[in-house]
Amino acid sequence: MTTLTPESSRGPAPSPGSHYLEVADLQVHFTTDDGVVKSVDGLSFHLDRGQTLGIVGESGSGKSVTSMAVMGLHTAKNAHISGSIKLGGQELVGADKETVRKLRGKNMAMIFQDPLSSMHPFYTVGNQIVEAYRIHNDVSRKAARAHAIEMLDRVGIPEPGKRVDAFPHQFSGGMRQRAMIAMSLSCDPDLLIADEPTTALDVTVQAQILDLIRDLQKEFDSAVVIITHDLGVVAELADDILVMYAGRAAEYGSAEQLFNSPEHPYTWGLLGSMPRFDKAPTDRLLPIKGTPPSLIQVPEGCAFNPRCDFQPRVGSACLVERPDLHDNGGDHFVACHIPPAERQKIWAQEISPRLS
Amino acid sequence: MISYIIRRLIAAVGLVIVITMITFAIFYLMPRLAGATPETLATRYVGRTATGATVEQTAQRLGFYDPVPVQYWHWLTGVVNGTEFDIGSGVEKCPRPCLGYSFRNKDPVTPEIMRRLPVSFSLAVGAAVLWLTFGVATGVLSALRRGSFFDRAAMTVALAGVSMPIFWTGVMSLSLFSYKLGWTPPGGQYTKLSDNPLEWAHGLLLPWITLALLFSAQYARLTRAGMLETMGEDYIRTARAKGLRERRVVVKHGLRAALTPIVTIFGLDFGLLIGSAVLTETVFGLPGLGQLAIDGTKNNDLPQVLGVVLLIAVFVAIANLVVDLLYAVIDPRVRTK
Repeated sequence: MTTLTPESSRGPAPSPGSHYLEVADLQVHFTTDDGVVKSVDGLSFHLDRGQTLGIVGESGSGKSVTSMAVMGLHTAKNAHISGSIKLGGQELVGADKETVRKLRGKNMAMIFQDPLSSMHPFYTVGNQIVEAYRIHNDVSRKAARAHAIEMLDRVGIPEPGKRVDAFPHQFSGGMRQRAMIAMSLSCDPDLLIADEPTTALDVTVQAQILDLIRDLQKEFDSAVVIITHDLGVVAELADDILVMYAGRAAEYGSAEQLFNSPEHPYTWGLLGSMPRFDKAPTDRLLPIKGTPPSLIQVPEGCAFNPRCDFQPRVGSACLVERPDLHDNGGDHFVACHIPPAERQKIWAQEISPRLS
Repeated sequence: MISYIIRRLIAAVGLVIVITMITFAIFYLMPRLAGATPETLATRYVGRTATGATVEQTAQRLGFYDPVPVQYWHWLTGVVNGTEFDIGSGVEKCPRPCLGYSFRNKDPVTPEIMRRLPVSFSLAVGAAVLWLTFGVATGVLSALRRGSFFDRAAMTVALAGVSMPIFWTGVMSLSLFSYKLGWTPPGGQYTKLSDNPLEWAHGLLLPWITLALLFSAQYARLTRAGMLETMGEDYIRTARAKGLRERRVVVKHGLRAALTPIVTIFGLDFGLLIGSAVLTETVFGLPGLGQLAIDGTKNNDLPQVLGVVLLIAVFVAIANLVVDLLYAVIDPRVRTK
């Protein structure tokens, strides 16, 4: 169980009932022949409109599974979802499928990683936007088309009146992602989940897309969840950051807290493995040793302990007891057995100098 | 696009010509290579007691003294321009497309084929409608309820359907539905569509179902595999994320994409089936093209065989062409290339 003590200052203020998106103790388990895969195992976070939450973690840490759970897109029979997901006060876990379907696209929308495979190859871009718009809006085909052109224009596609009739394969990667964003935003959703929106794009295009998301967020005043393994992306966009490890939150706080005074060894590892321009090229990156854990047999105690450099200093607690997410003051939540004062000392004296 | 169509058309004509050449070679050239002389060939078409002079005369009449390429040329010009034949009782004009005269009964082949074409066509169209409807529907449902009782049952039936030969299912259904229950007329009846559409459908119902069972099975499996693949695609997730109803996700997004290979196979199957539903036509006694081809082969009636082969080749070529063009309609990615 995660403990979120109500207290507010700079970090993600956890006063329940007042946030647009509230996820509490979310669990997404998949029953497979090999055992139960605990993709998400007790995750809590929340998000207000106009705010951006970055969810960061390695592959298989449960980032995408979480977003799919929010969208109600886990259609597999072996998926078991429990806990609570509240969107605008409405509980989605266990809600009627039809109810959630009507929210999808309208109240919450999603941008996917690979815009080429995420758009239907046989329909024009305009057609797909029109479809998204007309599900939730009772308008004529003509009006919907005009809206589609307007959306394409808004996301910065040149000659939208012409491009609306093009097929996805006739777009470049960046244009496709813009079109995808236009499609997601066509119903003016309150919550936008972007699942690795820039991973499949050229570096030059990435920044443009991030700018676009930020601009549109301001314009639509929507809540945005950015899922990524790229700390550069969240540094750019996020107000709050949730670092996930093995289906749970390792650290959760404001972007400033996470970048300036991170307290979880895993977050230190992520920061250490981020390439930086301001360092001499001869400096080696500092990868996190080992590999992400199996989600069927999560390590006893702290899931990160086999890869943690500091576990020997703390001793057996890491091997036996799973650390809960505790507020260290200032709404900065960390799930680690190292005492807060000790963590801050390690960061200041050992980690931070190596990174800068 | 226009130049694409023209290129495909030229290729299709070339394909048909090559097929007729190969068929011609099999029936006219191979016996020669095996040591047959014009006379020994001609003996097949005269009575047992025929004299040497009659045999020579027959060989002359059937053109066996000409070199094989010349014979082929005569046949081909007959098809394209029409020709004249001396069938023993004076010269007769054979208008194009002239497929020659039967070596056996001296009847012109073209009218015979034209008489039988509607039968084969009716059989193929009706069966195709049935198998497309049931095969694709079963495949879609199976894919959506993968691993369910329905899926397993349907796939078992499909396996059985593929494995059971027509001459068995045909005879069994005849014995049950026609002879025991009397629901459908027993075989051997064909009423023209223009005469009585109801009788037409009634008489063909059993052959349709028999033929469709075989193909439905295949199409169900094909559709199921295709749907399983497309329903796992990212764009299906996108469609759901938009808030589309599941039915629309399945049909408009899933099935549409899974349809491409089905259209391909269907074109070929349909084109081929028109001339080669031999077993079905035989079991149900339908006077179609397949039967004509079999009779022709049995009787060494080469013009008949060649005529049917030409027709099948033309249909397969047309079907191929239509499939290629349909590709462009179905998949816009083909269009722009």
